[in-house]
This record gives sequence, structure tokens and C-alpha cells, in this order.
Amino acid sequence: MAMHNNTIVELLAALKSGEFSSKELTRHYIERIKVLDSLYNAFITPLEEQALQAAEQADADRARGKELPLGGIPIAHKDIFCTRGIKSTCGSRMLDNFISPYDATVVENLTAAGAILIGKTNMDEFAMGSSSETSFYGPVKNPWDLERVPGGSSGGSATAVAARMCAGATGTDTGGSIRQPASLCGISGLKPTYGRVSRWGMVAFASSLDQAGPMTQTAADAALMLNAMAGHDAKDSTSITDPVPDYSARLNDKICGIKLGLCKEYFEDGLDANVQQCVMDAVLVLEKMGARISEVSLPNTRQSVPAYYVIAPAECSANLARYDGVRFGHRCENPVDLGDLYRRSRSEGFGAEVKRRIMIGTFALSAGYYDAYYRKAQQIRRLIKNDFVNVFEEVDMIIGPIAPSTAFRLGEKIGDPVTMYLQDIFTIASNLAGLPAASFPAGFVDGLPIGIQVIGNYLDEASILQLGHQFQLQTDWHKRTPASAEL
Amino acid sequence: MQWEVVIGLEIHVQLSTNSKIFSGASTAFGASPNSQACAIDIGLPGVLPVVNKEVFKKAVAFGLGVGAEIALKSVFDRKNYFYPDLPKGYQITQLDYPIVIGGEVEITLSDATKKTIHITRAHLEEDAGKSLHEDFHGMTGIDLNRAGTPLLEIVSEPDMRSAEEAVAYARYIRQLVCYLDVSDGDMSQGSLRCDANVSIRPMGETTMGTRTETKNVNSFKFLERAINHEIERQIGVLESGGTVHQETMLYDPVRDETRPMRSKETATDYRYFPEPDLLPVEIDAAYVADIRNNLPELPKQRALRFITEMHLSETDAMILTSSRSVAEYFERVSEICDDPRLANNWVRVELMGQLNKEGLEIKQSPVVPQQLGDLLIRIKDDTISGKIAKTVFDAIWQGGGTADQIIEARGLKQVTDASSIEPVIDEIFANNPQQLQQLKAGKEKVLGFFVGQVMKATQGKANPKQVNDLIRQKIK
Repeated sequence: MAMHNNTIVELLAALKSGEFSSKELTRHYIERIKVLDSLYNAFITPLEEQALQAAEQADADRARGKELPLGGIPIAHKDIFCTRGIKSTCGSRMLDNFISPYDATVVENLTAAGAILIGKTNMDEFAMGSSSETSFYGPVKNPWDLERVPGGSSGGSATAVAARMCAGATGTDTGGSIRQPASLCGISGLKPTYGRVSRWGMVAFASSLDQAGPMTQTAADAALMLNAMAGHDAKDSTSITDPVPDYSARLNDKICGIKLGLCKEYFEDGLDANVQQCVMDAVLVLEKMGARISEVSLPNTRQSVPAYYVIAPAECSANLARYDGVRFGHRCENPVDLGDLYRRSRSEGFGAEVKRRIMIGTFALSAGYYDAYYRKAQQIRRLIKNDFVNVFEEVDMIIGPIAPSTAFRLGEKIGDPVTMYLQDIFTIASNLAGLPAASFPAGFVDGLPIGIQVIGNYLDEASILQLGHQFQLQTDWHKRTPASAEL
Repeated sequence: MQWEVVIGLEIHVQLSTNSKIFSGASTAFGASPNSQACAIDIGLPGVLPVVNKEVFKKAVAFGLGVGAEIALKSVFDRKNYFYPDLPKGYQITQLDYPIVIGGEVEITLSDATKKTIHITRAHLEEDAGKSLHEDFHGMTGIDLNRAGTPLLEIVSEPDMRSAEEAVAYARYIRQLVCYLDVSDGDMSQGSLRCDANVSIRPMGETTMGTRTETKNVNSFKFLERAINHEIERQIGVLESGGTVHQETMLYDPVRDETRPMRSKETATDYRYFPEPDLLPVEIDAAYVADIRNNLPELPKQRALRFITEMHLSETDAMILTSSRSVAEYFERVSEICDDPRLANNWVRVELMGQLNKEGLEIKQSPVVPQQLGDLLIRIKDDTISGKIAKTVFDAIWQGGGTADQIIEARGLKQVTDASSIEPVIDEIFANNPQQLQQLKAGKEKVLGFFVGQVMKATQGKANPKQVNDLIRQKIK
């Protein structure tokens, strides 16, 4: 089997046995990126020399007997993470010139675990989008069909893993930005519990929703990456202090007797019949494995999109105020006065979707509208949280679709924001509730992959990964690779 | 028409912490521009605030010092506005759930009347940076050293009715925050700044007039002038049939006037919402109790103790408790010499007089409490007279050593041996027969002349009271 089709678990074994070196592996991925990424545009900043040096170091460390959990494994970071000395653009013209002076905690943690950074991936501008089309660096193409989007906002990371240009990647998920592209690209992606992974050094979109997570071929790989990423960080006040379990420990436990809830609201309307069939087929597999399936209700699901599109833009309108052309980032030419500096720097630096959300958020927070929008949205958020609390008294996890359809065509929804926003209808609620949720490959419709969503209880990532791994032992959807990625 | 003035103050107190409220950068004053602004302070992409626990200790201490309710749960909010010295485009502050709720202080006015001023609330927030408009032609320089400096904004009720009351209140707050070590209270460095909300209304009217807010006044003198100007300006406007507009004023000390700052200011919508990067801060009763138990004696309590236990006058007690360091100095001296009234005289008159003359703070005094206390002991045991003591004090000030060393070295010991004074008196009687006759005839005035002569002849070392007695005995 070609090196790049190995999972992280397999690669670690191969590196350990000396089958190949990290440098060989890294060079192999670099070659693939060089040849393939002209098709996909998944990387904003591919790294070569630095990656090879780090790989050499990893080989030397291994030779000296130093075993790290991800020692020598090439991964990519979504360009939302600050990486010291490397351009960190967040997919925006605003930060096209921004070279971060510091590393995000996620970057630091994965580096400390031995991972090799092979490049920074493309994304929707400031993570605002569900198609990876709003990037200043151009849209990312879905490796299963180059005419289609890979989903977003972590579309670059999803594509990089799906096309085997790296062993794993980081993503961030504010309303579905890890899970939806994972689904649309046929990989595994996990959004942990809010606060489980530090947000320090992750460019903020909506602070109360943003959460980083792993994007990999398999659940077992996601567990390995999450082991390195998760943990309390004193630099992030919202970071959770609970100790981090070994997410790999329970992967091989059987799921016999586990209680799974099918959320009826997720199947009511807007869901493509073929996608629904895929999800139901997956549920049958789980049932055969001994899972007990029941119907559950999250009655406020319908409210999640409107609540999200008040809260997220409100927070973004403040988070993006710092991009003013004064200290860093894009600054317009020859400003005549302060107002001109602000207006032109921000008009030129931000794309249309970012501006739309800043305006929505500014409006929602304005005097006279705050109660009707922001406060109301927070009330809905509480109702949605309560829905989950009730359901988790009955079941261990919730199963459902990730997105209403398979990957859509480039340009198909970009002109219609509301339709685009509805891409997130099944994923947003877990962000509002702060709960962990994942997407695992569950089938194909017309040659396009589709994922199932698994939503877990607070801090119960381990059960989600266990279910994912057990499912992947019974299925091979996650092993399929797109034809476009064959060399 | 008779107008009633209504004043409320918002006092921004810079908390005396080593590091900033949401970052580890230093808060030291006077560093070169932007040398004390870290990634968090300049609002780099991806940074997050972490609250400095020390600011809560100080805010709670202040709250307890004014008898306020301490909120066991307080919440930070974002106040959004664009300005180049506000790096994030929002200020982190506390809107709906401040740490300190209510409270009151009693101020004393120049005619000794007392008045209670109520405090609405006090909340924690971060300071902005500084815009430097003068130094760069056609441009504005931004110094972010001050960005993120912890502030406690103390908001009063509109309880004050004159500039004098406002200044007395501001002075009291300054004294209190210094006593509690909440702030260094140094107004010249911007550690305490006042915004004055001023309105007027016809005497007897109960509804409020339209107020203006004069911002960032950084001395008590300017505060008094700014308020008085604003009162006069508003009276002028209303008496000529105009209307006072709610606007933000700036006091210009150079031109000695208040004028509108930014008319847009009042129209600004700050779009407050809870800061999602920080969790609500919860403290418990034990935490508050611990701070309460370690609270230093407050100026009022201390002054009362000086009056009742040390029998000082109210004025003296007020002066001695004006700052914690003066009070501590005095108490130490009093303890050493075991004579509060003597210590009071010397600290208040001699020491503070000399310090004022040289522009020194009591902490910088070249004479330490032990030295002054030792000196006073020598007055009490009649080793030296009060007059000689002043000479010795000056010598200690100059670094001449301890009181005993100086008395010894300069031979300043008081002469109390009658047998060595009597010959001096006899000699002076002999040299001044005319005055002696007058004295014998009962002219009391002349007694002073002879005492003076004897003191002069003994270079001040004789005890004037003893000389007095000896002369009287001789002419009997």
C-alpha cells in the first residue's frame, strides 16, 4: 500500500519498525502537495524546508529512543491557527501580510507531541462560510468532484486529508466547520466539547462557539490527535480544567448495549432522501452491532440557525474590530484621516461574507435591538442546551445527518446566504450547547461521500470516538480515496 | 434666579498591581512608548484575556472601605467603539454586574460641616492606550503602554451641591484608595482621574436638569475650576433663554475653560454584550471575609482613635491621618517618646514643615521615626530644651547622626546645675543695674529680658524655667 494511504496509527507503526523514515514520509507528502494541490487549492502556505528539517529531527529523536505520541507524523494546520514565523492569514486579505510572532496552543501541543507541520490550509475567510469559497486565496475544490465544494470552513484541511496530502489536519468548528467538510470529503472530523481544546492563538470568529478539533481518516487517528490537542490552558479562561482521558483507551470496547437516539427533527424536512438513506443504513449497521436505537426529540432544533446567526455575527462584529489598519494587517494606501483609514482598510481587507456578518452582528447588538435579537438568541441557546440535557437522560449519544445534502457545486449557493446558512442546520445546535460531535464516513451518493453525525454528552469525546472506531471496523467508507488523488 | 447645582463624579482609579488586568505586561509608569505592550495588549489575532486576580482583591478592599455590597458574581462586558488607542476595538468593562454595589462616604467641608455622599457602584475595567497628537506632524502617535492597565471606576450618586463638595469627595476617595493600597493615587501620573457630571436646576425643583460630563480632570484644582466654569456656563446659557445640551466637555487648564469635546460622543452606541472570552467571576464569602480581616485601619477610625485615645484635636487628627504613611510615622514617633501631643507637634509642625519646604513626601524624609522619637525623649527628660531640639533636628536632617550623638558632640546638654547658673545671673545683674532696679520695683516685663540674657550667655543650654525661678529667688 502506498505510504500516504496509511492512517496515523499505521504510519506510527511503520516509522517505529523502520519501514520508512519521517523524512521519506514528509518528502512523499510534499511531492503529493506539489503535484495535486494545483487541482484543489487546499493549501495557502505549503511548507517544505522547515517540514523536512523537523522530520529529520524526528528521525534523529526516534533513533535516540525518544518516542513521541505523534513523532514524525506530517500534519497540516488550518490557517486560522497562529504559527510563529509563518504567515497566518485566516483566509483573508486582511491578514495576508500577517506573520504571527507566536504559536497557538494547539500548534504548540501538536509540535510537542512530535507532529511535523507540512503546511497551512485554505479556509473560508475568518471561518465564515460552509463551502470554502469565501477565501481570499480562492475556493478549495472537492477531491471527489473538482466542480464541487469541499464544505467549509475547514475545507482545506478536509481536502488535504481526503486527498492524502497529509496524515491529519486541524480544523475549527463554530457551527459545523469541521464536521460538514469532513462529511463532504469522506473523512472523520471531531468537534470537541467547548473549552476542551485551547483557543489561544486561534483567530477568533465567535468566541463562545469556536472550538478546534482533529480531521483525520479514522476515529482512531482523531483520538491520537485529540490526545495531543486537548487540555487545560491557563491562557484561555474558558478552557476546561478536567483532566484529559486517553481517548484511544476505549476504542476497542464493543458498543453492544449502547443507547443511541435518532433525533426526529433532523429527519423532518430539508434532508435529501439519499442522504437520509445513508444515515439509516449506518444506523442499521450500528444496530446489528448491538446498539439500542430509539427516537428522541430536540424540539428547538429549528431555532438553532436563527439563534446562531445572531450570536455568531454579534461576537464576530466585536472580534473583528481589531482589524483597523493601525497595528497589523491590511492598511489602505495614503489614508487622509482616521475615518478614511478605517473605512478603506476594512473595505479592502474584508470580503463580502465577512462584511455581511459584521453588519448583522452590529445591528443585532445595537441599542433598541439588543433585547429582540441578542438577548432572545441567548434565551433560545439556553432552551437548546436544555433539550440536550433532557435527551442525554435517555440515551448515550445522538445519531443524525451532518448536512442536508452531499457536496454542492461551486458557486451554487454562494449568492444565496440563507440557503448556505441552512447547510449548518444539523450541526449548529451542538455548538450552541457546547457539546462534542463528530462526522464519520457513512456512505456515498452518486460518487460523493456522506457522513453521519454523532453528538455526545458533555466531555464524552471518548464514547464518540469509540463508536466511530467500532463503526469503522465494520465498514470501509473511510478507506476509499478519490480518483483525482491517484498519481 | 437661585440655582441649585447637582454634581456626580465618576472617578477612575488605577489599581496598583504589578501587571495589567488581562495580561502579564508591566504597569510601571514612564517606560518608552509601546515597550510595555504585549501581544494581548495590542490585540493580536488569536490572543485572549486572563483576569489578574489581584484586581479583585483591591476592588473588594475598596468596596469594604466604603461599606458597599460586594457582588459574589460579577461579569465582564465588551464596550465597542473604534479608536486607535483602543487596540481590540472594544474595552472590557463591567456593565450590569459590577463587583462593588452601593456604599457611602462622609466628607468634611471647610466650615466643619459633614455630608454623606452615596456611591452607586464601582466596576473593574481596562484602560486604553494614549494618543499623542502633538509630537508627530500631521499624524497621531499611539502608545499602548497604558492599554490594559487595571482601573476601578467609582461612580457616585449626584449627591454633591458645589465644587467644594465634589473636591472634598474626590480627596476622600483618593485618601481612601491610598490607605487601602488600592492605588498609589498619583494624579500627576494619571492614577486618579475624574469625570464630573454637572447640571443645574432652579432651587426647589426636584427633577434634574440636563447634565454635561467634563472628562479626564487630573487635579483637584482643575476639578474645582472645571466644575465652577461649567456651573457658570450653564447658568449663562439658561438665564439667556438657551438650553443646556447633554454633551461631553473638556476642561482646558491652559485657557481655563470648559468646551464641548466630541458632539458625536453622546450619540455613540457602545453595543455592550457579555465578554465571551471571560467566565463570570465568582468569589465566596470567605474570600471577602479574609480581605475584610486584613483591611488596614481606615482614616476615619484612625482619626477617631487619635482624638479619643491620644487626646489630639480634631484638626490635628485629620492632618495626621491625611495619608497612611503620615499616620504611621506619627504613631511610631509617639510610641517611642510615649507622648502623643509632643509627637503631634513635632510631626505636624517641624517635620511636615520641613518636608513641604523641600517638596518631599514623608516616605522620603531624611529623619526616620526612630531618630525623631529619640530626640523627643531628650526634650522630655530635660536633657535639652525645645529650642535646642530644633537645632538638633536640623542636624539630624543634615545627616549629622542620632540626637544623642549630636547633643554630645556639640555640647548641647541643658545646664541644670544651679551653682553654675547663679554666677552668670549675678554677672548680668551687675552689668545691668538700671534694669535690676526696675525688676525689683515689680516690673515683670524686665524678667524676660534677664532670662534672655542668661540664655544667651549659656548659649541656650540653661533651662529657661529654671533660670526664671533662680532670678525670682534672688530678688526676693
